[in-house]
Amino acid sequence: MRAWLLRRVAAGIAIVFAAVSLTFVAIHLAPGQPFLPPDERPMAPEVVARLRRNYGLDRPLPEQYLRYFVQLARGELGESFSQRRPVAQAIADAVPNTLLLTTTALAIDFTLGILIGLFQAARARRRSDVALANVTLFFYSLPTFWLALVLQLVFALWLGWFPTGGVTESALYGSLPLLGRLADRLRHLVLPALTLGLVGAGGTARFQRAALLEALGHEYVRTARAKGLAERAVLVRHAWRDALLPVISLAGVALPFLLTGAVLIETVFSWPGLGKLAADAISARDYPLVLATTLLATCAVVAGSFIADVLTAVADPRVRLTA
Amino acid sequence: MTAATLFALTVVIVGTGALVSWCRRHRWGDAGRRFFRHPSAIWGLVVLVFLATVALCAPLLTPYPPYEQILALQDHPPTWLHPLGTDFFGRDVWSRLAYGARVSLGVGTLGMLVAVTLGGLVGAAAGYFRGWTDAVLMRCVDVGLSIPRIFLVLGAIALWGKLGVGALILLLGLTGWFATSRIVRSDVMSVRERPYTDAVRALGARPWWIIVRHVLPNSAAALIVSAALGIGNMMLLEAGLSFLGAGIQPPNPSWGNMIADGRDQLGTAPWATLFPGLAIAFAVMALNATGDALRDALDPKTRER
Repeated sequence: MRAWLLRRVAAGIAIVFAAVSLTFVAIHLAPGQPFLPPDERPMAPEVVARLRRNYGLDRPLPEQYLRYFVQLARGELGESFSQRRPVAQAIADAVPNTLLLTTTALAIDFTLGILIGLFQAARARRRSDVALANVTLFFYSLPTFWLALVLQLVFALWLGWFPTGGVTESALYGSLPLLGRLADRLRHLVLPALTLGLVGAGGTARFQRAALLEALGHEYVRTARAKGLAERAVLVRHAWRDALLPVISLAGVALPFLLTGAVLIETVFSWPGLGKLAADAISARDYPLVLATTLLATCAVVAGSFIADVLTAVADPRVRLTA
Repeated sequence: MTAATLFALTVVIVGTGALVSWCRRHRWGDAGRRFFRHPSAIWGLVVLVFLATVALCAPLLTPYPPYEQILALQDHPPTWLHPLGTDFFGRDVWSRLAYGARVSLGVGTLGMLVAVTLGGLVGAAAGYFRGWTDAVLMRCVDVGLSIPRIFLVLGAIALWGKLGVGALILLLGLTGWFATSRIVRSDVMSVRERPYTDAVRALGARPWWIIVRHVLPNSAAALIVSAALGIGNMMLLEAGLSFLGAGIQPPNPSWGNMIADGRDQLGTAPWATLFPGLAIAFAVMALNATGDALRDALDPKTRER
């Protein structure tokens, strides 16, 4: 167990290190450089040169690389070029927004997905199963940003129930009482979270249905039925326990997906989260910010698969965590 | 543009032909029967053939060129002359949709072809040679899988500037092979221990000959299925990139940038946004349905009971 833990942590650190190094080399090799906004009036060459010197961009690449990792080891992420403030601050502003959005979306995704999959498996091959299979396949195949636009059109533009974007009603938010603020945040959260949750739920339901049908083919299910257990008990207490394992590992994979799937959704709903931050940083060639978001995203992937493995081991007594 | 799309469609046809001939040689009867008995197979195939026909025959099926602007008809709702309406620039949405099918389907298919080829070769090399080859290749795959793909692609596009169609296909292919190579690797690892591989090796065959001729055909099922299911993902990614303005550049129509174009007129002219999205949804849905049926037919292990 301890050996396994050590190995996983070491492998995780190695992967994150490699990913950040790769990004570092790639962004420095690419043409184009910071402080040269393509659309705006260019800055004077002397100013650019001074800025480059201030940020250490005039040093040789290996030296910059070493400096970056030394700085990283001290827990510093550097100064953002485009936002003119510490990267850590920019990220700290974005993380709560993204976490709020993705945890809500994950909750919708898995609650809805697991329930639909369970329902479908209980009446496999009947008309309701086939109809639901088509619905889940449709949602699974949707471009998320398009569903976002459709929901915006129907619920924000036509019905006017929800706002079209943003996290809060900026003009009003300050003057609202506490409950009003909460309600305002919720109203803004509904559409983006629903978009991510519905598309995810399509995939989860398909996965859960397939896993349950496989579990229902096992011998122990026949035994349970032969004992005279009610079909509901067989399905929920015997087969479902087994069929939940693959869904747990899916949750680990979904963690980074929600972070990156959020790039498009955050753009559509102008939601100031990590995805939007990363996309903006890339187009501004904001090296420290790009590196920091890559670092964070890679950590999320590594952590996701780690959590999935641990949860699987907790849920399944047959799995032992060995190196 | 047209040369590239024609090439794409040729590849689709050749690919289908290769699939059929492969099925003929390897228990085509059995797998074929299982495939066509699958409830969603026929439905998916019909939609795919329909879309491929629309893409191929776009000039015959569309009354207007995709770039023609009818300035008197901006944001016009659907009529008999313009069955899906016109967009903000007065362009016929149906014509653009038909031409966009060439780009969207072509980019998805060709990108997947690159990804499957690369994934197959890397996976085979890692699984067959084992040792340090395996270790190095698989660590690369680990790293590739842990950087979110949209970051990779967006980063590449932002840093190297706007890409042409060919470069976009390559980029999508080069970032899409990681998962495939893992599947192939585990397949190859079990095949290389079989007696017949030993026999071929004893006859003096070179490693790559063994891999291509004797080992990879055993992974063909896995490759075909991951290709069929992967095209849909490629198309979604292309659409997302084009929507962000980083993929197919206007005025070339792609389903993704049509949605982006229509977005600002969402309230007044929703048809310009709705129809391209539905086209993507149905194309990807058909691909996934066909992929599901292929998986169940080719790979009896994962077949649903």
